[in-house]
Amino acid sequence: MLLLRRLLVTLVALAALGLAGFYVLTDPRVVSSSPQIGALPAPDIENGKLLFAAGGCSSCHATPGQDDKLRLGGGLGLGSPFGTFHAPNISPHTRDGIGNWGVKDFVDAMATGVSPAGQHYYPAFPYTSYRLIPPKALADLFAYIRTLAPVEGKAVPHELRFPFNIRRVVGGWKLLFFDGASFKSDPGKSEEWNRGFYLVNGPGHCAECHSSRNALGAIVQATRFAGGPDPEGKGWVPNITQAEDGLGKWSKEEIAELLKTGFTPSFDSVGGSMAAVVRNIAQLSDADRLAMAEYLKSLPAVQGPARPAAAQSN
Amino acid sequence: MIRFALAATVLVLGFSAVMAQSDPVVERKATMKAIGGATGLGAKIAKGEEAFDAAKVQGIFKTYVDSGKKMETLFPDSSKNGDTTAGPKIWEDQAGFRALQVKFENDAAAAATATTDLASFRTAFGTVTKNCAACHETYRIKK
Repeated sequence: MLLLRRLLVTLVALAALGLAGFYVLTDPRVVSSSPQIGALPAPDIENGKLLFAAGGCSSCHATPGQDDKLRLGGGLGLGSPFGTFHAPNISPHTRDGIGNWGVKDFVDAMATGVSPAGQHYYPAFPYTSYRLIPPKALADLFAYIRTLAPVEGKAVPHELRFPFNIRRVVGGWKLLFFDGASFKSDPGKSEEWNRGFYLVNGPGHCAECHSSRNALGAIVQATRFAGGPDPEGKGWVPNITQAEDGLGKWSKEEIAELLKTGFTPSFDSVGGSMAAVVRNIAQLSDADRLAMAEYLKSLPAVQGPARPAAAQSN
Repeated sequence: MIRFALAATVLVLGFSAVMAQSDPVVERKATMKAIGGATGLGAKIAKGEEAFDAAKVQGIFKTYVDSGKKMETLFPDSSKNGDTTAGPKIWEDQAGFRALQVKFENDAAAAATATTDLASFRTAFGTVTKNCAACHETYRIKK
C-alpha cells in the first residue's frame, strides 16, 4: 500500500514536472528568438508591393466573395486534418487588423510565428517559409500593407479539434519542426540560383503546398517539393522536382512561362489555388521567374507519395 | 464496293461518335485537348514564332466557340466521379459554371470579330485565354 502510494506520488510529481517543462519549453519567447532589426532605412513601398505579390498574401487574406484582392479582411477557410483555419484580418484597421502593429511586431510574426501578444501562430500561416525574408524586406512589405484600405471586422476564429486548439501545442511543434534560420546565400551557386532559392523557399512558399506532410502537419523533408494529396480535399498537388512525372521534362523557359501565363507546355491551364499563385507571380519580373525556374531545375528527382489510380492521368 | 466502303465508314464513324458520347469524361478530355492545341498555336503566333495567318487565327477562335458549346453538354450528373479532375463545384454551382462557359464562347466570338492583324490578335487572344484560368481556378481540382 505504501509502495503504491509512493508510486502514485512519484507519477503525479513526474506529470507535474513534465507539464512545467512543456510550459517552459513551449513559451513563445523560448521557442523563437526574434531577429535583430537594427536601424532600418526608409521603407521601399514598391519593393513591399512586389513582396506582397511574391508571398501571395492576398490569396489567403483577401476577404472572400468580392473582387478586390487588396481588401485584406481575412476569413477564408483553409481545410486541414486538424480542423479549419481562418485567415485573419491583416488590413491596417487599428482594431480588427494590424493597424496598431509596429515594424518589430510584423517582423516577429513573419519570421518567428509569434503574435504581438506573445502567442504562437499556427503554421497554416507559412512563417516556416517567410522566415527567410530579411527584416529590411519585411519592413518594406509592412509599409506597403499599411497603404491599403483598413477593413472593419475580425475574421471568424479557427475551428480546430482538441488538442490542436491549444496554441501552446504549437510551441512543441516548433521545437520539433521549425527552423528559424534566415536566408544565407550559397557562394558556390550562381546569383540567379540563389535568387530562385530565396523566392521559391521564402516568399513564394512553394513547398508548403507542393510537399506531403506527416501526422503532425509538418512537411516531410525527404519528399519536399514531390507533391502529394491536396490537404484541402479532392485532388493531387503535382510533384515539382525533376522526377519523370514532375518537371523533369520541362525546360527552364517552360517553367518560367507557366509562372507567367498559367499554361503548361501542352497548353493546359493550371487551376485551383495555383491560378491565384500565377496571377501573383506574374507581377514579378521575367528575371525573377527565370531564377525560380533555374532553382527548380536544380532539384533532384524525388518520388513523392504514390497517387491513387483515379488521380493518375489527366 | 465503293458504296460498301462508304457505308462501312459511316457506320464506324457513327459508332465511335456514340461510344464517345457514352463517356462524357473521355469526350471532355478530348475537347479540352482541342482547346489546348488551338491555344498552343495561338501562343506561337502571338510570340511571333509562327507567322500571322488570318485563316489559322479564325480557326483558333472557331475551335474555342465550338468546344465551348460542346462542353455545355459534357458534365451530366453521372460524370462526377471516375478518372476526372472536374471539381465538385461544377455540380454545386451549375449556374456559375454555365455562366463561365457562356462567357468563354462570347469572348471567343468577339475575339474573332476584333482580330484584323497581329496586334489586335494578341490583345483578343490574351483576353479570351484568361477564361481558362478563371474557370479552372474554381471548377477543377488540382492534379
